[in-house]
Amino acid sequence: MIPANFEYFAPKTIEEALQLLEQHGEDAKILSGGHSLIPVLKLRLASPGVVIDIGRIAELKAIKVDGSTISIGANATHAEIAANADLKTHCPLLAETAAQIGDQQVRNRGTIGGSLTHADPAADWPAAILALDAEIVARSSQGTRTIKAADFFLDLMTSAVESDEIVTEIRIAKPEQPAAAVYLKVPQSASGFAVIGVAAQLKVTNGKCEAASIGVTGLAPKAFRASSVEAALVGKTLDEAAINAASAKADAEADDAMEDIHASGDYRRHLARVFAKRAVLAAAAKA
Amino acid sequence: MSFLAKYIGQKVKRTEDPRLVKGIGHYVDDIKLADTLHVVILRSQYAHAKIVSINTDAAKTSPGVVAVYTGADVAGKVGFVPCAAALPGLNVPKYPVLADGKVAFVGQPIAAVVATDKYKARDAADLIEVDYDPLDVVTDAEASAQSDSPVIHEEFGTNVAFTHQAGTGDIDSAFAQADKIVKEKLNHQRLAPISMEPRGVLAHYLPGEEQMTLWSSTQIPHLMRTQVAIMLGMAENRLRVITPEVGGGFGCKLNVYSEEALLGWIAMQVHKPVKWIESRRENFQATIHGRAQVGTCEIAVKNDGTLLGLRYNVTADLGAYLQLLTPAIPTLTGLMLSGCYKIPAIQMNCVGVFTNKMSTDAYRGAGRPEATYLVERMMDCVALELKMDPVELRRKNMPKPSEFPFPTATGLFYDSGDYEKALDKALAMADYQKLRAEQAEARKQGRLIGIGVSTYVEICAMGPSIALPAGGWESATVRVEPTGKVTVLTGVSPHGQGEETAFAQIIGDMLGIDMNDVLVIHGDTSIVQYGIGTFGSRGLAVGGAALVKAAEKVVAKAKTLAAHLLQTDEASLTFENGKFVGAPNDKSVSIQEVALAAYIPHNVPEDFEPGLTATHFFEPKNFTFPSGTHICVSEVDRETGDVKILRYIAVDDCGNQINPMIVQGQIHGGIAQGMAQALFEEVVYDENGQLLTGELMDYAVPKAHQLPFFELDHTVTPTDVNPLGAKGVGEAGTIGSTPATANSVIDALAPFGVTHVDLPLRPEKLWKLMNN
Repeated sequence: MIPANFEYFAPKTIEEALQLLEQHGEDAKILSGGHSLIPVLKLRLASPGVVIDIGRIAELKAIKVDGSTISIGANATHAEIAANADLKTHCPLLAETAAQIGDQQVRNRGTIGGSLTHADPAADWPAAILALDAEIVARSSQGTRTIKAADFFLDLMTSAVESDEIVTEIRIAKPEQPAAAVYLKVPQSASGFAVIGVAAQLKVTNGKCEAASIGVTGLAPKAFRASSVEAALVGKTLDEAAINAASAKADAEADDAMEDIHASGDYRRHLARVFAKRAVLAAAAKA
Repeated sequence: MSFLAKYIGQKVKRTEDPRLVKGIGHYVDDIKLADTLHVVILRSQYAHAKIVSINTDAAKTSPGVVAVYTGADVAGKVGFVPCAAALPGLNVPKYPVLADGKVAFVGQPIAAVVATDKYKARDAADLIEVDYDPLDVVTDAEASAQSDSPVIHEEFGTNVAFTHQAGTGDIDSAFAQADKIVKEKLNHQRLAPISMEPRGVLAHYLPGEEQMTLWSSTQIPHLMRTQVAIMLGMAENRLRVITPEVGGGFGCKLNVYSEEALLGWIAMQVHKPVKWIESRRENFQATIHGRAQVGTCEIAVKNDGTLLGLRYNVTADLGAYLQLLTPAIPTLTGLMLSGCYKIPAIQMNCVGVFTNKMSTDAYRGAGRPEATYLVERMMDCVALELKMDPVELRRKNMPKPSEFPFPTATGLFYDSGDYEKALDKALAMADYQKLRAEQAEARKQGRLIGIGVSTYVEICAMGPSIALPAGGWESATVRVEPTGKVTVLTGVSPHGQGEETAFAQIIGDMLGIDMNDVLVIHGDTSIVQYGIGTFGSRGLAVGGAALVKAAEKVVAKAKTLAAHLLQTDEASLTFENGKFVGAPNDKSVSIQEVALAAYIPHNVPEDFEPGLTATHFFEPKNFTFPSGTHICVSEVDRETGDVKILRYIAVDDCGNQINPMIVQGQIHGGIAQGMAQALFEEVVYDENGQLLTGELMDYAVPKAHQLPFFELDHTVTPTDVNPLGAKGVGEAGTIGSTPATANSVIDALAPFGVTHVDLPLRPEKLWKLMNN
């Protein structure tokens, strides 16, 4: 890697990091696991004057499951989330999604906070975070705010995080039926990013869908909740006809579909429908 | 020659691996010389453009910059990038190491920035202003051959670099007598070799001694020395090329690129070591690509399946310039068009054309995968047309073992082969008849199961000197040191093939010594006698043969001295297990004792030449022709077009195996690359000649989790072309696996009336076919 010159800071506390961020403003970029920022630096698509490495801030790593709330530190790696026993019990969707990101080396370095902030439209986390209705906690030297997952992804590579903010934590209310969830994806053959990824978290009682929450990544410039599918499922008995009818609406919220050498927009829309169906079937089967 | 079998034939662990897996081996970038300057190369952003002007003023004054060079600086001082392949009437464009007023592909070198570190060099490169005047671009090979195409090299007035005809037999009468003619157009997509270690050069010139050392990640240190010396106008013996650890090549380092001579020339200007390490993006843009043929094949066949003739009209996409062997690759395709079948008449009409893309050249298999894919794909098309089982069609046309050496209509003599033996073994492993029954049952349930068979024969152990531009012999020196340790100097240049291990196994058995007492040295032109290098599955079959011959000379000389030491006749001695035995009173002497006596010649025969070392240059009398059968079972997802490989069976015959573990490793890697070509690998340029697959984020090299378990076995049909009976195995997996995988997936789509799909068989393509 031959990036442009930059000044490097490795603060040990959040306060110190925020102070640096305030001091350097737009000229600074936050480095966590490096899997988003380093490729950008390598290709000189960005040449920040200052890189603030938050990787040594220990408090950002914690994964806590208390009462009805799950809290994941922004610096938790995908591998740590995938291996966490509490999450496997109380929110398996998180562990399952984490396990499907990239490869082992990527999972060992990449962090949930970094991935979310980068807002890559083909990243895996956005689907799960949307399906879990998570809240993202962002701090600046001015204070702390929480952003709902549904408001977090603004556009292609654009999240709601301001340039003076650092994502510190992801908060999730424990799902009522943790096991009734799944993340299914079609990995792009080169990068492993999602050509399409569908996360489903359901609540099913006696075969009837009481709640459905479905996140779709890879299809549109930003990940989204498949509200039309959700609406079509809730209150229904989850038989093949109901699931087929609902999943046919998986791309309804996508005004634009992404197109590249790996898949056309039409194919991505088709895959969204197929994988919404498969995700609902798989999640319902686990309920 | 008889061999002990203490090491030969055993799965000996590779002696190279500990240092490699510990990360303590030395690649070019690990060689650190004091005061080294770093070079960053500015490359063309356009696929075809005139360079109106280059402004390097800001770059030259950028911090840390020592010099900035452009085409004007090297013109007339550094020779053109060489093409060694000679074809009648070949148009060879001048290919300067830095562009001279014009660029013809994205990534072509324009300027070189020399600075105190690579960051400063890169910063300065960003300050160079190039004023381009864009020209019309042609990227499609068939369009490039048309008269209305933009012409890339105006001096030729055409984009056609050459036309080439191959094959013999009465092709017209073959087609006249045919019951059926089966025709298909096939595209062999462009691939990038993608060695784990990109290219790299470190050059160090000593003005007092007038000598230069060039460290390069290459497969051909000696050929590079000769070529770079010519390019720089320096005496060959004053240039030393060192090839340290090389992290893979797959043919892409069987070349001489702009950067070697450029770095050498810069080192002579600045009188300090200069280093350039290729980035992955440069590797995609400016290291050769492979394959890239598009053509129409016609097969003339009798209703009973007897093959009468094959005609192949093909356009080969050469890229913008000719690299070392660019035009030779399609000619290898022409040689192998008979596959493992009796085809009385064969004709290839090949047009090689320039396009605004990186040059194509040797990539693992180099011309033969194209032939095998073509023949094996066509065999399935013929079988479909004749409603024959594809296995029976193949079997019917195979030569019997007694028919070897088997002459082909392409002018070759296949050395040895037993094609049905491997076929039968693979069919038994797969339980072929049961598989077909299961397939029929699955189809009734709407499941799309495919069974693909590919038999193959390839041409290896390259090769007789007459057939190769730079000769095809190989050299070896066996040096028994005074303490009895043995140093081997080999002219081949292993870069992952494991010859340090295999050659030590051979010497261990031949000299009856511990293989750990053998050190194999390669890749240093000042230490090792001239050699040809590693490519074309030749390391063992040619380089190993030279080693055997050199070791025989050593044993013969040692025997003379042993007889003297034991005071007996040479004729009474035999060499067993490292000792000369057979002397009176059971006296014996070891090879180590003889070595010491040879270096301290206090007791030797009259006229005995001291020392115990021998060199042999081995000239093979023919190529070798490894063969085999691969079977792939796949399932296509009806909803998504996704392909799942259910089983993969490979039975390969590379003759005698020195180290079956290394053989299996070569087969594994080969299948991975060949299967990736069938399923997802492809270099994609857009219509403006911009490279869309310029990073590993977009170019899909195969990863372990994308591949199935490989069920491997082998047959052994030795060759008499070399004393080892080994045929070579470096490329076999790549050659057999692409057609087996493709045939399997296309067979899965048979219920949709699909008879052929061009590679790669990506899910969306298959989904569209099923929903058309």
